[in-house]
Amino acid sequence: MPAFPEDWNGFVCSKTRDRGDFLRDALPKIVLSPSLAMVLIFVYGFIAFTLYLSFTDSRILPSYDLVGWKNYINLFRLRAWSIAVKNVVIFGGLYIVFCCFIGLMLAIFLDQKIRAEGFIRSIYLYPMALSFIVTGTAWKWFLDPGIGLEAVVHSWGWTSFQFNWIKSNQMAIYTIVIAAVWQTSGFVMAMFLAGLRGIDGEVLKAAQIDGASNFSLYRRIVIPQLRPAFMSAIVVLAHMAIKSYDLVIALTGGGPGRATELPATFMYSYTFTRNQMGIGAASAVIMLMSIAAIMVPYLWSELREKQQ
Amino acid sequence: MSSNASTQVVSTGRTARFLIYTVLLLFCLYYLLPLYVMLVNSLKPLREIQSGGMMNLPDALTFEPWKSAWSTAQIGVQATGLKPYFMNSIQMVVPAVAISTVLGALNGYVLTKWQFRGHKIIFGLLLFACFIPFQIVLIPMARILGIMGIAGSVPGLIFVHLVYGIGFSTLYFRNYYAQFPDELVRAAMIDGAGFFTIFRRIMLPSSGPIAVVCIIWQFTNIWNDFLFGASFSDFNSQPMTVALNNLVQSSTGVKEYNVHFAGAIMAALPTLLVYIVAGRYFVRGLMAGSVKG
Amino acid sequence: MRLNFSRSAALIAIVAASASATSVKAEDVEVLHWWTSGGEASALNVLKENLEEQGIGWQDMPVAGGGGEQAMTVLRARVTGGNPPSAVQMLGFDITDWANEGALANLNDIAAEENWDAVVPAALQKFSKHDGEWVAAPVNVHSTNWVWANKSILDELGIEQPETWDELIAAMDKVQASGKVAVAHGGQAWQDATIFDAVLMATGGPEFYQASMIDLDPEALGSDTMTEVFDRMTVIRGYVDDNFSGRDWNLASAMVINNDAAFQFMGDWAKGEFLKAGQTPGEDFLCFRFPGTQDQVTFNSDQFAFFEQGDEPTAEQTALAKAILSPEFQSAFNVVKGSVPARTDVSDEAFDACGKQGMADLAAASESGNLFGSMAHGHANPASVKNAMYDVITAHFNGEYDSETATQEMVTAVQIAQ
Repeated sequence: MPAFPEDWNGFVCSKTRDRGDFLRDALPKIVLSPSLAMVLIFVYGFIAFTLYLSFTDSRILPSYDLVGWKNYINLFRLRAWSIAVKNVVIFGGLYIVFCCFIGLMLAIFLDQKIRAEGFIRSIYLYPMALSFIVTGTAWKWFLDPGIGLEAVVHSWGWTSFQFNWIKSNQMAIYTIVIAAVWQTSGFVMAMFLAGLRGIDGEVLKAAQIDGASNFSLYRRIVIPQLRPAFMSAIVVLAHMAIKSYDLVIALTGGGPGRATELPATFMYSYTFTRNQMGIGAASAVIMLMSIAAIMVPYLWSELREKQQ
Repeated sequence: MSSNASTQVVSTGRTARFLIYTVLLLFCLYYLLPLYVMLVNSLKPLREIQSGGMMNLPDALTFEPWKSAWSTAQIGVQATGLKPYFMNSIQMVVPAVAISTVLGALNGYVLTKWQFRGHKIIFGLLLFACFIPFQIVLIPMARILGIMGIAGSVPGLIFVHLVYGIGFSTLYFRNYYAQFPDELVRAAMIDGAGFFTIFRRIMLPSSGPIAVVCIIWQFTNIWNDFLFGASFSDFNSQPMTVALNNLVQSSTGVKEYNVHFAGAIMAALPTLLVYIVAGRYFVRGLMAGSVKG
Repeated sequence: MRLNFSRSAALIAIVAASASATSVKAEDVEVLHWWTSGGEASALNVLKENLEEQGIGWQDMPVAGGGGEQAMTVLRARVTGGNPPSAVQMLGFDITDWANEGALANLNDIAAEENWDAVVPAALQKFSKHDGEWVAAPVNVHSTNWVWANKSILDELGIEQPETWDELIAAMDKVQASGKVAVAHGGQAWQDATIFDAVLMATGGPEFYQASMIDLDPEALGSDTMTEVFDRMTVIRGYVDDNFSGRDWNLASAMVINNDAAFQFMGDWAKGEFLKAGQTPGEDFLCFRFPGTQDQVTFNSDQFAFFEQGDEPTAEQTALAKAILSPEFQSAFNVVKGSVPARTDVSDEAFDACGKQGMADLAAASESGNLFGSMAHGHANPASVKNAMYDVITAHFNGEYDSETATQEMVTAVQIAQ
């Protein structure tokens, strides 16, 4: 999109120079400043505070006695932390990929002049409205081999059917992915659907006249145009993946053993239930740094792109 | 608009359409399944649930769990049901959503139509703020709320949600306004219209779709928030999610699953309502800008 | 514990701020607790009504989740915000931690008046008192080394109530051979640890329990006895069904109630589930101490700690503390809760067979020095150590460690957590 040149404001103002000039110049900044101030204090200030805490011996409440790198050293000695890191990579990766894939597929299918589209769309969207405090219970039941899907399928007569992922050290993390995808893929679908509706039909027609098949039409022309939709979706999904807390607590409580521990649950438990706030803070710092390492370059390139 | 498929030029054969409908319906099942489990079991007597068969329809249909969850279930020492907490949540959600939407709109307006040096960095800062894990803000935030004198109160909760809602509401409005023709703004400016006049007369009237997106997003997040609601409220400002959690999480009590499920659906009703009422505008709103660069 | 000047100064500032910022009116008490639903919440209502008769309002602040963990998080936010509740339900070492921070009020006057020193067991006083000051009022004593058994299964298979580890194994073998589940268990860390407590006490005896769980002696933690305890945990794991992980404790109780399983190793709160299902102790189900721990009681105790609202505890706080330890409330509450009173001079008339036995056991164990804080329930060591032990116990129970590795891990995990 065409953006204003950086000095555009100045250009307008120089033409209509009067007493209100200063105010007019400053007003946008004044309007923006409370938000900026709030974010600087309550986000970046708190991040700095957390960074500081990670070098202290804080336990039940913040303390200000520095202990150097001890918390970080202990953090990396903890097996639970390496499990949590491994899990967030598996979980975050699969979650984002599946949500995007399912969301895109459903959006493309729904875009084919489907009957009752509005109704189906609402069904896809509603899981976002529910809190995991209790949908977690429903999922837990459903995934439990004793009372859930496995038991139901057995009662239909297919007794060799097995679905006990939630009880298995290796597979439990995937059940978290299933429930998480359930919650947000509909929302991602809505984003892609909106993106699809914004594409110019003429371009498609031209391509079709050139003899492109449906599949290549989507692959070559439609999907590349959805790039901004991908950006919004990835921002939203990454933010959800990192903050997934209720979901894990409701579904597995971090178990079996600690097989489904995620950094968010790890951080919470060390900061608040284990009274080792220093280690909790250290894990938060590592987590934030990883997010920054992934998201900053991505946002940077996407935002730069737009200016051209 | 929404019924007008943009890719209608793509023709699909009969088999393809059959496949598409099958896939769409299968996914309907996937999305509806947990709701089905909750709904069915909220209408059964507890004994029936304990005897198993979570997918079965109720043998003896009962609405008692619903009545109990709403008005007689024990939540804390009082047997009040979820009713009183409903109001607490409403009092918190409505102002928080309204203010953060307006703030997001103003920020988006400044960041696209009144750009100044460093506007991109500021947007980047606001956007990255979305990723802060809420667990780390709990203690320092509590201290600041205490200093401000709004600890344990509804205004305190509103403030917290406002602060952590800025990132997303600004993101939505900024992307939307970025598409808005600059010429209109420029023309109005040359006519001598001021900052707020342009916002009120030109930007706001066409912000409907994106406002819906922002409201849905904020409403969902704030209504469903538990961590802040539990930590920054006191005895007379606990929101619905905290009450629901109290109802279902009791550690050593007997678990009345039917009442829990009824309560859970009840707690979700306002958000579901917002989705259904505003749902049709939602995609339109997303379409009108939030996903475009 | 580390108590340093800057921290206590900060805390004094917070507490001082709370005196002005507090939203609690002069004649009310605000109570933070996690007895949020069902019978225990209505039992607490007795206390509320008692206070209201004295003209004191009760402002209820329930926060459920994770056996009080959520409430402790909220408490930290409330204290940091300068807005602490008047009284807070707390367990074991949490009280000590907060007392170390200097945040709790001194209840010595009312304690002297009511003679708490004489009627509350010494093992409880270890938590209720800090540096000679009463800072908390105990509500109950839960004992955690109980076995809940399905009587009809036992009768059918001709199993006598097991008295030793070997008899327990023999009994579990019989049950398993009959196709039923021998041990109903939920794979959650605290449940694994509850069994571990009992097994450790039975295997190593009270001295070993004291050395390893309470004194955290590295030698005891890394000893062969510890390896044997883990070996026995592996044995018990063999009697648990496949779907145990993540199961809530009450669903495990339901397995015993519904004749699907023979035994559950769980604290006395499980009794409520049996009573709710219409069963009678001694007739439909049995309660007895974990074999080998007949003389010992491992306990946890819910207490209400009082937060300073100024120099002196307020009149309302004093009234609440007095009401909590009154014999009437102790009896009324604990009959409902399944636990036993926190004072030893309460009549056992209102209690059922299991309750009567619990009270007798508690008095005897307290007398003979056999009353120990439960590790699984935060009464043997601080939260950080407890959770470090949970990690090892759970990992071992789920087959990630063998017994030797688990013993090693126990030593290092405790060392990191301290």
